[in-house]
Amino acid sequence: MSESAIRLRDVHKRFGPTPIILGVSLDIARGQRHAIIGPNGAGKTTLFNLMSGRFPVSSGSIELNGRPIDGLAPHQINRLGLSRSFQITSIFSRMSVLENVRCGLLWSRGYHYSFWHLLGRERALNEAARRLLDDVNLESRRDVPAGLLSYAEQRALEIGITIAGGADTILLDEPTAGMSRTEANHAVELIRRVTAGKTLVMVEHDMSVVFDLADVVTVLVYGEVIASDAPAAIRANRAVQDAYLGTEAH
Amino acid sequence: MSESLLDTAARPVTAARAGGLLRRHWAWLAALAIALALPWLLFDWTRARHSGFGVAMLSQMGMMIIFALSYNMQMGHAGLLSFGHAVFFGLGGYCTAHLLNTIKAGGFWLPVELVPLVGGLGGLAFAIVFGYVATKQRATAFAMITLGIGELVTSCALMFKSFFGGESGVSTNRVVGTSLFGLNYGPSIQVYYLIIAWTVIALALMRLLTETPLGRMANACRDNFERAQFVGYDPRMVRFFQFALSGFFAGIAGGLYALTYEIVTFDTVAGGMSANALLMTYIGGVGTFAGPVVGAILIVLLQSWVSLLSNSWLVYVGVLFILMVTFAPGGIAGLVLMHQPISRRGRMGRLAVPYARLVGPSLFVVVGFVLLIELCSFLTIGASQGKTFTLAGATIHPKSAVPWAIGALLLGGGGLWLWREGRRARSAWDAVMEEIKAAAARP
Amino acid sequence: MEVLLVSLLNGLVYGMLLFMLASGLTLIFSMMGVLNFAHASVYMLGAYFAYEVSRHVGFWPALVVAPVLCGAIGALIEMYGLRRVHKNGHIAELLFTFGLAFIIDKGVQMAWGLLPVAYRVPPVLDRPLFTIYGTNFHAYRGFMLLISALMFCAIWLMLTRTRLGLVIQAALTHPEMVGALGHNVPRVFTTVFAGGSALAGLAGVIGGNYLVTEPSMAFTMGPIVFVVVVFGGLGSLAGCFIASLIMGFVQTFAVVFDVSLANVLALVGITVTEASPFGEVLTIPLPRIGALLPYVMLVLILLFKPRGLLGTRDT
Repeated sequence: MSESAIRLRDVHKRFGPTPIILGVSLDIARGQRHAIIGPNGAGKTTLFNLMSGRFPVSSGSIELNGRPIDGLAPHQINRLGLSRSFQITSIFSRMSVLENVRCGLLWSRGYHYSFWHLLGRERALNEAARRLLDDVNLESRRDVPAGLLSYAEQRALEIGITIAGGADTILLDEPTAGMSRTEANHAVELIRRVTAGKTLVMVEHDMSVVFDLADVVTVLVYGEVIASDAPAAIRANRAVQDAYLGTEAH
Repeated sequence: MSESLLDTAARPVTAARAGGLLRRHWAWLAALAIALALPWLLFDWTRARHSGFGVAMLSQMGMMIIFALSYNMQMGHAGLLSFGHAVFFGLGGYCTAHLLNTIKAGGFWLPVELVPLVGGLGGLAFAIVFGYVATKQRATAFAMITLGIGELVTSCALMFKSFFGGESGVSTNRVVGTSLFGLNYGPSIQVYYLIIAWTVIALALMRLLTETPLGRMANACRDNFERAQFVGYDPRMVRFFQFALSGFFAGIAGGLYALTYEIVTFDTVAGGMSANALLMTYIGGVGTFAGPVVGAILIVLLQSWVSLLSNSWLVYVGVLFILMVTFAPGGIAGLVLMHQPISRRGRMGRLAVPYARLVGPSLFVVVGFVLLIELCSFLTIGASQGKTFTLAGATIHPKSAVPWAIGALLLGGGGLWLWREGRRARSAWDAVMEEIKAAAARP
Repeated sequence: MEVLLVSLLNGLVYGMLLFMLASGLTLIFSMMGVLNFAHASVYMLGAYFAYEVSRHVGFWPALVVAPVLCGAIGALIEMYGLRRVHKNGHIAELLFTFGLAFIIDKGVQMAWGLLPVAYRVPPVLDRPLFTIYGTNFHAYRGFMLLISALMFCAIWLMLTRTRLGLVIQAALTHPEMVGALGHNVPRVFTTVFAGGSALAGLAGVIGGNYLVTEPSMAFTMGPIVFVVVVFGGLGSLAGCFIASLIMGFVQTFAVVFDVSLANVLALVGITVTEASPFGEVLTIPLPRIGALLPYVMLVLILLFKPRGLLGTRDT
């Protein structure tokens, strides 16, 4: 039995007196493609925020590769091998596209807080950055300030930054939100390609994306997991249909 | 926001351009040449002496350029607003003064050329200590801590005699006889050239720093600290290192201050000097590297010239500052950069007439405002100092209503006229920008 | 014992004066996110206006006129200054008020000169109120306490009994939500800013003749008020009140206790003289470092409890 990438054990989260997550336990295996779906307000993004260290848990534990990470700061969790994208595109809009992914590479390549390396001269670094841009099909836009990219391009850039550090657990928060059918298909292709061999956890509303990409689907309703299974089983699950999917399934 | 992004889109951001050092940095090299030559242009040939005033002002400019650039490392590059930056300037100065006294007494040997470096190390040491505390916070809390630290150090400087010399400060002598080039640094012109050398070194180092991992991540944390966390960086440590290095360069400027004036007192760490850094950097423009340089030169000019003519030069600086904050948050450099996309496409001519029409009313407003302020000043402060208000040989009496009326008329009338011309210039600007955007959108 | 009681009373008077200043600033800061550097400058203007009015008319009209003027100035600043700068962000607003403080300072210097002005306590209050342990308690201090207490009650009643007060309370902790609920937030902001400025002006009226009325009074009072606001915490008037009193007591008692760290160390048997390392720091008596204490408090609170004593939000 392979070690799980992320394990949540009876996690609770309260904001003030309001409970948001009510006892979630999840076991995401290494290399698995895991989708978390559910109606708005179910707590999906909160779960992401708990896993990535943005908020502390109220009770329960979270483990990354067998190591407890609840209470660690986001950058510490990132250095342990977990990376994420955000629901609202989060990039460095004043820097060029190349510099964006280059920033994503810096820590994992050991540059840390160096003030004696001139980035323009670091050939291996710049080549790695350009290869990364190639992977996300943004090589031709490498000198454009990131804030000027189209929405879909910015989402692709964010995925590029997310995988740049070489993390093997990737969290994507609604990666295809706001995209047209064509753009979403391209995004799915991109995601499938760049996360090959890594553990992928994503929050999604687009069911075709979910059923296309995911190995396991977890359904979260009002802060509780009501089902966690292969996509086909989820589609047929009565409780899930009642709570979320509806009976007019394709 | 879109305007500044538009102009950077027109020019590749990476520095990989053919052309070499000379062509790329011609503006800086020209400025350096001017700086080297200026004392000779102001040279008093009849008495074979340098203009004391001129050299003093130019020396002050050099120091303040380093000081403002070091402040911009925090404000512009890291997004940190500090109200206590003078602490590292002044403490660097105190360290340097003590060092010079020790060298003079024979307790230590160091060439005078390297003495400012010790000021820098002093600034660095204190910046590490204070920075460790201050950078635990961001934004407003950070600003408050720096304010507190600034006031704390100022009070200490007044109270404690052993290091700070209390109210009379620490005096020193730069003619200590140690030099790599055999100069004794008695004449101020020699100190000036030492200042230029250090300004060039500090400027180059700070510029290179922006191209390092730390420099880039400082920008990243400023713009989006959450994303910076998720590429593995602790924004607190980035702030801390940037803060410490900026203290180093402020300390170098303080060391040059100690060499030039040969006395360091509490006002080098006080709120006024910190405010100076803020004003110079902001008015010059925080978004660019050249901005603080421009700001430092401008403020020193105002300080040196206008303060000779008027008691109220600080009022003018304050009003300029508020106008910048309200209407031109990018500072002078920002205003210039705004025009870059227009000049690139050769459309500056379209703005020539609307801008020319602004000159007249602006002059009215400025003259009217200055007149009223000076009248106020002479009525109270000037009177108690026994000065009279003279302009072009004619005496103006603050107590008569005539000059007040003239001032009010110029200010009011000029203001209305300026407002009208300003709207016209604004619509001309908008029209040109529309054309440019339309042209860029076409394939 | 006498010393303790007298200092307690004096500390109370000073603390209440600080609260009058700090309450307006806390309200503005908590609601609008703007740290108003010009707040202490309005305090100074209140003192100078009161001086002018009491010179030509009398002290009692000044008590009303000066705060009203200051409130009007506050309203103007908010409507025509801050609102314009708001779109450039919090830092720009901070810088705007900073520049404003600068200009008001210089303006006051130009209008009234560099020396302190003779703003005096009105003769009817210029006498001892009662004698305690042989020391006179000045009537004017009693008057100050009275005014501050009245003000405190008025604010408390307004905040808890009126509709505007409820909106302000809500906006103290959840400003965005209040806007989303449809309240005319800009008008609330202007009201709070004007009210805070009027309070600062009133503090200037009663404090200006108790302390000295001079152009540097904003510069000396300002940082102390900031420390009180940060110490008390954002979003909490109660915290502000406690912090004001603490600050008042600290500054008053510091002058009274002529001890130094060396004295404390001597109690445990360590002798320190001026010649020992750090001797100067250790032998300096408390009254002399009184000016330092607020900033030490500031640095400590921001290190250990950055939200302040009773703060509910982050800065």
